[in-house]
Amino acid sequence: MSATTIVSLPDQSTARIPKMNFLTRENGLLSWLLTGDHKRIATLYLISITFFFFIGGALAGLIRLELLTPQSDLMAADTYNKVFTMHGVIMVFLFLVPSVPATIGNFLIPMMIGAKDLALPKINLLSWYLYVVAGIMVVYSMAAGGVDTGWTFTTPLSTHYLNTHVISTGLAIFVAGFSSIFTGLNFIVTIHKMRCPGMTWFRLPLFVWAHYAASILMVLGTPVLAITLVLVVLERLFHIGVFDPAYGGDPILFQHLFWFYSHPAVYIMILPGMGVISEVVSTFSRKRVFGYTAVAFSSVAIAVFGFFVWAHHMFIMGISNYAALVFSLLTMLVAVPSAIKIFNWAFTLYKGSITFETPMLYAFGFMGLFTIGGMTGVFLGATGTDIHLTETYFIVAHFHFVMVGGMLMAFLSGIHFWWPKWTGRMYPEKISQLAALITFIGFNFTFFPQFILGTLGMPRRYAAYPPEFQVLNVFSTAGATILGVGYLLPVLYLTWSLKYGAVAGNNPWQATGLEWQTQSPPLTENFPVIPIMDHEAYDYEWLEHQQQKEVASVG
Amino acid sequence: MSDSTATANRAVAEVHHEHPPYQRHHFESVDQQFDATNFAMWLFLLTEVMFFGGLFAAYLIMRNWYYPAFVAASHQLQIFWGTANTVVLIASSFTMAMGVWCAEMRRKSGLVLCLSLTLLLGFAFLGIKGIEWHEKWEKHHIPGPHFSVQSFLNPASDVEVHKQYPDDKPLAPDMAQKTEEYFFLYFAMTGMHALHMVIGVGILIFMIFRARAGAYTTGHVTFVENFGLYWHFVDIIWIYLFALLYLISRHS
Amino acid sequence: MSEQTRNGEHEHHIVSPGIYVVILCALLVGTAATVGVSYVDLGIWNPIIALAIATTKAMLVVLFFMHVKYSTRLTKLTVAAGIFLFLVLISMTMADYISRAWGRW
Repeated sequence: MSATTIVSLPDQSTARIPKMNFLTRENGLLSWLLTGDHKRIATLYLISITFFFFIGGALAGLIRLELLTPQSDLMAADTYNKVFTMHGVIMVFLFLVPSVPATIGNFLIPMMIGAKDLALPKINLLSWYLYVVAGIMVVYSMAAGGVDTGWTFTTPLSTHYLNTHVISTGLAIFVAGFSSIFTGLNFIVTIHKMRCPGMTWFRLPLFVWAHYAASILMVLGTPVLAITLVLVVLERLFHIGVFDPAYGGDPILFQHLFWFYSHPAVYIMILPGMGVISEVVSTFSRKRVFGYTAVAFSSVAIAVFGFFVWAHHMFIMGISNYAALVFSLLTMLVAVPSAIKIFNWAFTLYKGSITFETPMLYAFGFMGLFTIGGMTGVFLGATGTDIHLTETYFIVAHFHFVMVGGMLMAFLSGIHFWWPKWTGRMYPEKISQLAALITFIGFNFTFFPQFILGTLGMPRRYAAYPPEFQVLNVFSTAGATILGVGYLLPVLYLTWSLKYGAVAGNNPWQATGLEWQTQSPPLTENFPVIPIMDHEAYDYEWLEHQQQKEVASVG
Repeated sequence: MSDSTATANRAVAEVHHEHPPYQRHHFESVDQQFDATNFAMWLFLLTEVMFFGGLFAAYLIMRNWYYPAFVAASHQLQIFWGTANTVVLIASSFTMAMGVWCAEMRRKSGLVLCLSLTLLLGFAFLGIKGIEWHEKWEKHHIPGPHFSVQSFLNPASDVEVHKQYPDDKPLAPDMAQKTEEYFFLYFAMTGMHALHMVIGVGILIFMIFRARAGAYTTGHVTFVENFGLYWHFVDIIWIYLFALLYLISRHS
Repeated sequence: MSEQTRNGEHEHHIVSPGIYVVILCALLVGTAATVGVSYVDLGIWNPIIALAIATTKAMLVVLFFMHVKYSTRLTKLTVAAGIFLFLVLISMTMADYISRAWGRW
């Protein structure tokens, strides 16, 4: 086995993509639009979220262009408000929340547990349609003039003082919320009820544990956002409601209800990414994940504790000092399970046989950048520092580090890692490693200066800023350009690989996991016969034993 | 290409095993299908609990802040209709549970009868709601531009309610204005509940047709049982709405 | 191993109509009680008793009409989780409002 790569491809002169697979099984548009196959639905999701990612990315480009100069000269301040609002709405609800679960999770979870499909295939398809409807409604809102409340829809600005498209955007997010709920519901039922014989909870890949935890958050948290949006819409329509002080309502109530979902939402976004990292780090160090039980339980702990900390988004908004104290303490607690994961991945790497294929490069990026982002989260969880740093660029940098440096890198890691399984083809390694590097460099140039800007006092959501902040802003915009290139490249070479990539075979990464024991791309029913799980997760000895058996049995 | 090596040498004869027509292909057994769909319905009900939860949280805070307004406004709701609706829904839960029993015992006519009674009671509930809401419309208690605080500034002007609650004092103008908050929450909560009832009634009609065709009395009770869970949940929500909205303070 | 029974064996306990009738009567009694009590001035206890009766009624519906008493541990855990989180939402939000007027801190 080569020391610099673990990739093991079949002989390219004779290897072929299997003729019968989930992509070729049926043809025609209707076979895709009415499918129940979780892999096809995952593919539909992948195309849709990529589409919305680039719209959100274009909006980010506009933001950074505007911020090149201290004056609000590229666009009016109102327009700028609309741009960053739509950027936030699209990136959070139409990209980050469904990114790994609806694409990679949908694709893999049945295969990882040894099932033929998710428990509720029709609900899965409904989930996708709800997502598409939500996307169309968001695009409509944008085209009709946009909304400028910020993605957080703070009242009474959103219910009383603005005349923009709050209702249509709010309803769009309502619909997207149900898409998310149904995905999470499906995953929980599937993981509980459809594991193959021998697949105990503690033999599950950590990817499944992470999705289980995220699904609990999706199912229990999202409905509160739904009702909050309904109340905002009602208040706008009937000019009476519970959020506007002019009518006797309380704007803090809105924030309590909004953040009750939106804090767990950030864990919905990051947990599946952490699941990807567990799989990738194990495979590219050829070692089982250190402390499997700790990593599994930490996923669930993040989910549970994540419900108890929401008011740390509200420290300066008018909650009582006692409440601020309690939520601040609980926030310190919730950082612990995330840290446990980082430590465990680090110990997985220790004395492993590490190779640097693209998924691993992204995983390294994740570990470093998520750690920085997470630690700055602890600074923000302390009420004293939060009072100074909140609503500045420090916050912006913090969440972009965890979401972009963390989650988006994990998403790309996962896409590259499972691309051979999904399409049967390998992506081109050299250019993908270059893209990963470009992304990492671009990311740091874009967002690190924003930490400094925040501590210096530059407020967020402002189109104009004092001239002394310009140098750092220019750095940030330059980085954003590099970052954009880094994100564009994968779209190009992954599309290229569909036709010209090397044939991957079943298990190009020599990875453990049931999904790697099937053909690439998989059959519609995943397994001709339901497998029986007879070994632990990340069992590389078992894998070697299998390969020896194969070699021995081939004529 | 080697086969999935994780598969043991299971019964080679296990090619296409026989299963009932209502078992979907991705399930290994009818029981797995029943368990999975039942669990899925419970998870859906959890989402509904959290959905209504936001409304309850808003209600609790507003009631605490504007208690006198909430008391006065709740006197505008007739306890007769509220109790009637509660009895109607409890009875409908009973008939629904009996319907599930009939399905389990494969009694088709019993099932159709129970579902029909449930449907009738559902309509009765919606009818009574309509009567109540209409009354609110007449008295200008619907939040919005036509809302009137007259009954609260001067209780004597509202003859029927004043007869029942002669000790109700007039409210100060700013507290009287808060009765609109009560009614906003009243309509939001009962409206959301009524929407769930309407959906339930719609599904019931569909189920009655299918039940008459014998779909649920051949061993496949999942749909009826899971719908029953939904219906009972809607009943539970009403039990709390009744206690919170109607029974704030009915004593002198 | 996932929670499956073998070949068609139904684990489902079929609740008898007799129990349903008893629960129906209990619910109707509870309704009468809660309406009656609301006419008596018990000060701070009125809302507490009203909610207690409502919760009892709800529990009866959950345990018997919805068969939770005869369901798997998973179902019971699921119901408990939902109730727990609902209580977290209410109590932690209320905690903020209640503590706003405390002391001068």
